[in-house]
This record gives sequence, structure tokens and C-alpha cells, in this order.
Amino acid sequence: MGAYMSAERPRSTRIALGLAAGICLAPMGASALAAELHIANSGEPDTLDPHHVSGTWENRVIGDMFLGLTTEAADGSVIPGAAESWTVSDDGTVYTFALRDHTWSDGTPVTAEDFVFAWRRILEPATAAEYASLLYTIRNARALNEGSMEGMEALGVRAVDDNTLEVTLENPTPFFIEQLTHYTAFPIPRHKVEELGEEWIRPGDLVSNGAYTVVEWVPNSHIRSVRNERFYDAAKVAIDAVSYYPAEDRNAATRRFRAGEIDIQYDFASEQIDWLRENLPEETRISPYLGIYYYALNTRKPPFDSKAVRQALAMAIDREGIADKVLRTGELPAYSFVPPGTGDYGEPSYVDWKDMPYPERIARAKELLAEADHGPDRPLHIQLRYNTSENHKKIAIAVAAMWRQLGVEAELFNTEVKVHYNDLQQGDFQVARAGWIADYNDPQNFLYLMETSTGVQNYAGYSNREYDRLMDEADRAGEGAHRRELMHEAEAIAMEDMPNIPITYYVSKNLVSQAVQGWIDNTKDIHRTRFLSVQR
Amino acid sequence: MSAYIARRLLASIPTLLVIVTVAFFMMRIAPGGPFDQERALPPEIEKNVLAEYNLDAPLVVQYWDYLSGVLLGDFGPSFKYRDFTVGQLLATGFPASLKVGGLAILLAVGVGIGLGTIAALRQNRAVDHVVMATAMTGIAIPNFVMAPLLTLIFGVYLSWLPVAGWGGGAPRNLVLPVIALALPQIAYIARLTRGSMIETLHANFVRTARAKGLRERIVVLRHALKGALLPVVSYLGPATAQLVTGSVVIETIFGIPGIGRYFVQGALNRDYTLVMGAVITYAVLIILLNLVVDLVYGLLDPKVKHR
Amino acid sequence: MSFASRGEALAGPAEIRGRSLWQDARRRLLANRAALASMILLAIVALLALLAPLLSPHPYDAVYWDRIQAPPDLANAHWFGTDGNGRDLFVRTLYGARVSLAVGILATAVSLVIGVTWGAIAGFVGGRTDDLMMRFVDVMYSLPFMFFVILLMVVFGRHIFLIFVAIGAVEWLTMARIVRGQTLSIKGKEFIEAARAAGVPTRKIITRHVIPNVMGPVVVYMTLTIPQVILIESFLSFLGLGVQEPLTSWGALIAEGADQMESAPWMLVFPATFLALTLFCFNFIGDGLRDALDPRDR
Repeated sequence: MGAYMSAERPRSTRIALGLAAGICLAPMGASALAAELHIANSGEPDTLDPHHVSGTWENRVIGDMFLGLTTEAADGSVIPGAAESWTVSDDGTVYTFALRDHTWSDGTPVTAEDFVFAWRRILEPATAAEYASLLYTIRNARALNEGSMEGMEALGVRAVDDNTLEVTLENPTPFFIEQLTHYTAFPIPRHKVEELGEEWIRPGDLVSNGAYTVVEWVPNSHIRSVRNERFYDAAKVAIDAVSYYPAEDRNAATRRFRAGEIDIQYDFASEQIDWLRENLPEETRISPYLGIYYYALNTRKPPFDSKAVRQALAMAIDREGIADKVLRTGELPAYSFVPPGTGDYGEPSYVDWKDMPYPERIARAKELLAEADHGPDRPLHIQLRYNTSENHKKIAIAVAAMWRQLGVEAELFNTEVKVHYNDLQQGDFQVARAGWIADYNDPQNFLYLMETSTGVQNYAGYSNREYDRLMDEADRAGEGAHRRELMHEAEAIAMEDMPNIPITYYVSKNLVSQAVQGWIDNTKDIHRTRFLSVQR
Repeated sequence: MSAYIARRLLASIPTLLVIVTVAFFMMRIAPGGPFDQERALPPEIEKNVLAEYNLDAPLVVQYWDYLSGVLLGDFGPSFKYRDFTVGQLLATGFPASLKVGGLAILLAVGVGIGLGTIAALRQNRAVDHVVMATAMTGIAIPNFVMAPLLTLIFGVYLSWLPVAGWGGGAPRNLVLPVIALALPQIAYIARLTRGSMIETLHANFVRTARAKGLRERIVVLRHALKGALLPVVSYLGPATAQLVTGSVVIETIFGIPGIGRYFVQGALNRDYTLVMGAVITYAVLIILLNLVVDLVYGLLDPKVKHR
Repeated sequence: MSFASRGEALAGPAEIRGRSLWQDARRRLLANRAALASMILLAIVALLALLAPLLSPHPYDAVYWDRIQAPPDLANAHWFGTDGNGRDLFVRTLYGARVSLAVGILATAVSLVIGVTWGAIAGFVGGRTDDLMMRFVDVMYSLPFMFFVILLMVVFGRHIFLIFVAIGAVEWLTMARIVRGQTLSIKGKEFIEAARAAGVPTRKIITRHVIPNVMGPVVVYMTLTIPQVILIESFLSFLGLGVQEPLTSWGALIAEGADQMESAPWMLVFPATFLALTLFCFNFIGDGLRDALDPRDR
């Protein structure tokens, strides 16, 4: 960490302070010849095992270590990874991958068996992998994982030979190649797991096939990865070592960024945006992000079993006001459940009142409430839940104020994250804040949340037979316009029924030092370190 | 003396038992479990996860299993940090908290006693009020305001010190957290010293010493201070335990891998075993420190004898 | 002394002595300028808090969409500016005063009631009972206090009433120890013996003789506990476990303001000044009380 000065003070002061600071910081600069990157990650990973994680912050560390069949380029697009090429059968259900010749960081070759081993392990019920459901696109995966079928050999994946992997899917799945970039599909070193059991992920024993390997993990201090010399593309990797700091206190991390101790901060605190735009405009990177912020309405209980009430509440929210005045970080108002630009979906199915001027919407909402027998003489009292966070609080306060115009009294109820989701999953709520970040770039990943078969993740308890039928047909339709149409129709139904009120689409908010090169904003907010470099 | 110590230690075992039991059952009463999160676990997976951690066994069985584990030195796995056992987390966290907390207490004792003595010697004069007012800024400003303020001034604007980060415990990384942690304690210790010193200075034996013609400084340092420090010493016991088990605010803001956050984050994450480990550490520490305090008391106050 | 007053002196000398002690103390307290100024200042703050709705045209939960995070603005009667949601900070600071002071006083009252009763009984009855009761206190002391409060908040929810109880339930321990210590030193005094000899039941001795005489240190400790409780509540707010919106406390306001130190300093400065002033006042009053009640001081 050299005496890196932030862009805040006049040049002469900078030089003087730089000299002084340099003297103070000199011992730290000893290893400055190696290119090091310092990243403020938004949380501490639960583990380094790709089969037991589910957070974006874990993806950053693990995704730098392992290489899936496909992987993300610097701009987030899908490129070949461990697989050099692949072919698809005519009916779209059988994929054959040709693996490239490469090894784990200890020299052992990476073979198709490593993938078979990994996918069987994650779907094995005893592993209790939290995110195994992502692989349910593979034949028999769901049945095996839920325990209704025995014998992992039945899983639709096999190693034809050391360098060829054959995968059979349940249905033709257009987003399958994209899905393979996700950490649930990463290979793991079979030889290490067989040798060390659960200890295979210990830094020191850990081997990886990606650009970096974790060598040190001091919990709540930092995780340090160094370059993997045996990475197939190591020659193009510019950064030698990267440290990830768990920076839950966003403001403290921003201060570190300003002092030059951190090169990249993921997810800075929204309330800093005005200051950042003014003082660090080049470093402030905001980009659309595939995710939706919404309020789930518990359709199982009155008054939310009434469509009129749900629509009224949805109409009364001034999304532009929230985005422009309260959040101010460039979130886009959401009038659909699927963010525009998802996959090849085009324009999503918006609500039909999207272009109605706000005062008109308020009037219409009042009418709807009166129809539902909640006029001024019988005002609604509802409870609005959110989990602890500055943004959730601000949005809830704003929405409550907006609903007050309808005569609705919303009681704000904040709980910590565990209680919040526990109650949501038990259906013990009236209105609750929720969010969904896409696992892969396809509208199905959003729309499935409202299918009856989805289970607890369908917080609203929404169940519409027509919706389910359309989504089911779309699952089996294979790529193309027909599938898109089916999903559009389904979304239109959901936007009419309004079990979940969309508020805004997410944006990614990061701070990137000007010394970092190779950073490209993208809707997945994935920036693998192998494509980055630093010029200090 | 050693019999006294042995007796005290033996008597503390039932205390520890009660604490473990209370903490264990209170944690379980709290709604929500370690595996509730934004992406809901499918019911079958959840069943497997709970089984893996023995969380589906009857509560009393879990309690017994935990207790027998602890007696053998096994604090169990962390529910949140899957790659670490609670023992490992405590082993890395405790030294960090000890370093920061220990230095903070030393600083607080030195400065606090000094300020309190000065204030007591000039009781009710301007110096007294000024010194006490300065000392009290430590408690008038909550540490979650003081810490960011310090990092802004010394880390960002002046760049004299790192804003945050542990750096393996390097001295530069310790300065700000130690100061931030010590400030409230300086206030309490200064006020305690002042109050107690004032009382002692009026005591008979001090009057005797003065009447004997001893120099004021000897009177104060050799005679009055010893007696005056008694309340401070008893305060230091629990205060040290608190500081050493870390402050979650300081640890979060300065990025220190201590165990203070385990109390708060552990409770909020429902990481049962980690919280229990932290609670046990704290209880053991308090018991030991109280013992030390009582022994020191015996040294300072000739009227107290430990048998 | 007349026969009547002598009789009074025999039956309840503690009351007479108590009264003159308090009068004496009151005189000394009022002579302490810092303490006097503090009491006046506190009274002003309390008055402001009570009259809050009358002092500002803005309701404490009204959102002003066009004046979000605006600096102090006399034209619109936003004397302290607005917060991140566009709500007037002046009126919210005063409402925050209500919550912070209420929590401070009520939690201390809870700890007072429990602590004094516990300590007086333990100290006076002595023997096995004393041992058991103080053992309980020792055990409770070894529980990490913050964790306990957090657990209580988590288990029982975040109703404002529960905050008093949760904090009070942890603060009573030191109070009990102090009261017990004081009781022990009073136990041997003659007026207690006299009361016992006169056949006054134990319960009455405790309530009418012991407790009034231990109140000196207790009152001092109370005024010093209130600021501690206010700080604990502010820490809970910082963690997100304080009062529910739209209610607020100084701690919650300060936690929000600390994040905006540079871009919106008014959000921090005003509530923090109120908090600091109030804490100073309580501490000066406490010190003054202690000086005033200590008979050996000049």
C-alpha cells in the first residue's frame, strides 16, 4: 500500500503530505513491486466451498478461484472457460463439451470427472447445498436432490472421456450455457476432496483451476489470493495478488477508499452519492443491475386478498420520487417485474397505468379502495415490514407517506434480517420488502418467483392457474419467440393481479480507483480480477 | 492465599454453568434460525441442513451435547463461518481484542488516574472543571461518532494513520482504535479517581501524614493514592473484561478481527455456537479479573485479608 | 426539646435526621454553580421536549419531497434543516429528546426499583438469603451485558416499553450492590436497633428506616445511570434495534447523522449537541449531589 493520494487536495499540499506519509508508510511499501489489488467486499464469505454459498460477495472471491465450463468476460458476457467448445443436440437437451487442456494449481489435470463429481456432490441431499436448485435444469437433478430418486449415477451428466463432458437436460433450456458461469456449476478438485474431506477448502491445501488461489483467510480481517501460475491464461493476468476486506460498514470502507487503502469498493452507501458525485465523479460507477426491489403483499389474508386493494397500493407509489429524490443513485422506477433488457426479453409487460399521471393515479387508487370497502370511513391499517438497512428504511418511510394520501395508515416495522426472512417464509406478514437479484440473465429467473410450485420463495403466496400453465409451457418451449410471448403473457397477468409491487430496478454502485484498468460496468456486476490491472 | 484462589475458582464453576445454560436457552427462544436468509431454503434441503448441525434434535439433547463438548474443549462449528470452528475463531479473535482492549485499558488507567488526581487536588477550582469537562467528552460523544470522526481527521484529511485495517496488529493500525476505545473509559476512571481521591484526602491518615510535615507530593502519591484507587480497581475488573472482549463498533469501523462483533453479529445471525463460545470467554474473563481485583484489593488495603 | 418532639425522636429519629441531611445537601448543591447551571439547562431541554408540537409548524413524520436533506432554512421554518427523508430535524430532535429522556429516566427507575429492593433485603436480612441473592447478582454480572439486551430486544420485539425494561433489567445489578453495601453499614447503627427493640416488623424497618438512609448514594448513582442508559439506547439504535420509525431518539438521529458528517453536518451536529449537553448536565448534577451529600467534604 503506497502513499496513494486521493484527488482531493491541491498539488503542493499533496506532495508535501505525500512525502510525510511516505515516510510514515514506508515499511508497508516493501512489496510494492508485485501488483496488488485491494477490494472492499460487501460481506464476509460463509465459506470458500462453492456448494455452500449464495451471496454476491462470496461469488467475488470464489469466482476468481475457480473456472466453470463457461465464464464471464470483463463486460459480463459469456465466454468459454474450462470448456473450449460445445455442441448441442437438435432437440436442445444434450450438450457435449470439449474441455480445454488445463490443470489444477497443483499440477493435477482438470478432467470431466471433476465436473461430474462436483455436480453430484452439490445435488447430493446429504450435502444440503443451499443453492442446488439452480442445477435442476439437468435431468433428474430435482428428483435426486429432493430425495424422491436414489442413485446419483442417474444424474444427467457423464464423462465421456477425460476431456469430454456430456450433459442431458430436462427440457431445452436457452439459458443453460449462461447458467454454467454460476458457482453452483464450478468444478471442484476431486483428488483433494477425496484426500482431505471437508478440509479441502483450507487455505494452504486449497487448489483451484482459475486465475487465483486463496492462500490466507483471517476471519473478519481479510482474504488473500495470489496468482495461480498454472492457470491456462496466466500470461494475460496482470494482478499478482488480491486482498478482499469484509467491509460491512460501507461508510468506513469509503473512507478507506478515499485514503487510498482500497482500490475497489463494492456497494457503497447510497446516502453518500451526492458527496461522491461531487468529489469523486470518476471513481463513482453506477450501472443498471439485474435485480428488482419489490414489496410482497400477503395475498393469503385480507385485505390483500382483494385485487383492488393491491392495485390501489401499487398505483399510489410515486416511483420517480423514490428514485430521484430519496435514493438519488440512478435506480430506475419499476413498472414491471422483469427488468428491461433481461436476456432477449425486450420490453417487459408493464402495468397498464404506467403512463397515467400521478395525481390521476391517486384518484383512481382512492376509487379502487372505496370499491373494496376501504373508503375514508373505513381506512386501512397495515403493517409494512423491512429489514434493517438505511435504504429500506428510507423507502418505507416514503411509501408510507405516499399511502397516507389514500387514507391508508402504514405502521413501519423493522426487524433484523433473520427475523424478517423467517417471518416472510412463514407467511407471517402483511406487506414486506423483498428483493431479487438474477442468478442468470433470463426472465424466467424472475417470473418463477410467482409460480405456485416455487414454494416459500413465493412470499406473496400467489397462485394463479393460468400463470402457472403459461410458465410451464414456456419451460418446455425451447428458445425463441414463442417462449418470449408466453412469458410476456404470464407477466401481464401478474402485473394485473399485483401480488408483488415492483418499486425500482437495482443498480450496482461501486467505487473504482482511477488506477484500476479493465473495469467495465455490466448488468451482472461481475468483474473478474483476471481482466483487471493497476497503474499506480 | 492459594487456598483462597482455589476456592474462588471452584466456586466459579456453578456460575459458569448457569451462564452457559441461560445463554443457551435464551438464544433458542429468539425467532429465526441461522439458515434464514433472502434466498429461502427448499424444505427438503432445510431438513438436511438442520440434521447436519443436529438442530433437529430436542433442545435438551442439544444442550447436553453442547455441554459435554465444551467440557472436552470442543466449542462446536460456527453456523455462519462454515470453514472455521468456534475454537479457531476465538483463537484468532481473542488475541486481537486483547491487544486493542489491553492497550486501551492501560491508556485509560494512565490518563484517567492522572486527570482525576489533578482535578481532585484542585477541587472546585477552574482546573477541576476544565479537566473534568475534557474528560467527559469521552462519554458525551458516542463511539460510533467518535471513531469515524477520528478516521476522517487522521486517516483521510491528514493521512497520518491508516483509516482502518488490522495489518496483522501493526502499531500504526492500533493507534486510532485504542484511542477511540479508551476515551469513554478515561472519563469514567477520571471521575472515579477524582471522587475517591477527594474522600481520601480528607481522611484521618492523610491529615496525619500532612501533620507530620511530609511533602504534599509524597502525601498524595505514597499515601492517598493507594487508598483512593480502591474503587478504581474494583471498577477495572468488569471494565477490562468489557474492553478486552472488544467493542463491536470499534471492530466494525476499524476492521479489527476481534471477538466483540461475535456477541452482536453472532446473536443477530443466530450463530448459536459462536455466541456461546464468546459468552463463555467473557464469563471466564470476568471471573478471573474479579479474582485479580480482589487480590489487588488485598494488596492495596491492609485491612483486607484473604484466607 | 419538648416531650412531644422527644417522643418523636425516639420513635422515628431517622426521619428528622434525614430531613436535615437533605436540607443541608440541598443548600450545598445549589451553591455548586456547575450543578445549578446543569439543572436549569436540563429543565429547559425537558420543557422543549414537552412543548415540541407547539414549537414547530411541522409534524414530526411529515415528508417534504422538495426539501430532502436540506440545510437549515429559516424561510421554511426548518431551523435544524431536514433529514434524509425530508422530515424537519428540529421537531424530530425534540421528539427524540422525549424518547431518549423517557428511556433514560424510566429504565433507571426500573433498575432503581429492582436494585434497591434487592440490595436492601439482601443487606438487611443477611445470612443465607444475602449469600444467595448476591450470588445471583454475581452470576448475572458475568453475562455480557450488551448481548443480553440485544437478545431481549430480539426475543420480545422492539416496542419502546420493552426497551426500558430490557435496559433496566440489566442496570439494576450495580444498584443492588451499592444498596446492599450501604445497608450493611447502616445495619449496625443504633436507630435501627432501637426500631427493632420497639418491635417494628422487618419489612417496615427496611422501608421506613433503611431505604431513606441509603438514598444518598443511590440518588447519585441514578443521575449517573441515566446518561449511561441514554448511550446504551443510542448504541441499540445504531445497531438497528432502537425504537421503531417514525419515532426516533437522539441515538437514532446521531447514527444517521454520523454517516452524513461531511455532506450534511447539521444532521449530526444538532442532535449530538443536545445529547452531549444533556449527558454533561446529568454528570455534573450527579457529581454535585455526591459532593453535597458527603458530610466530610468542605
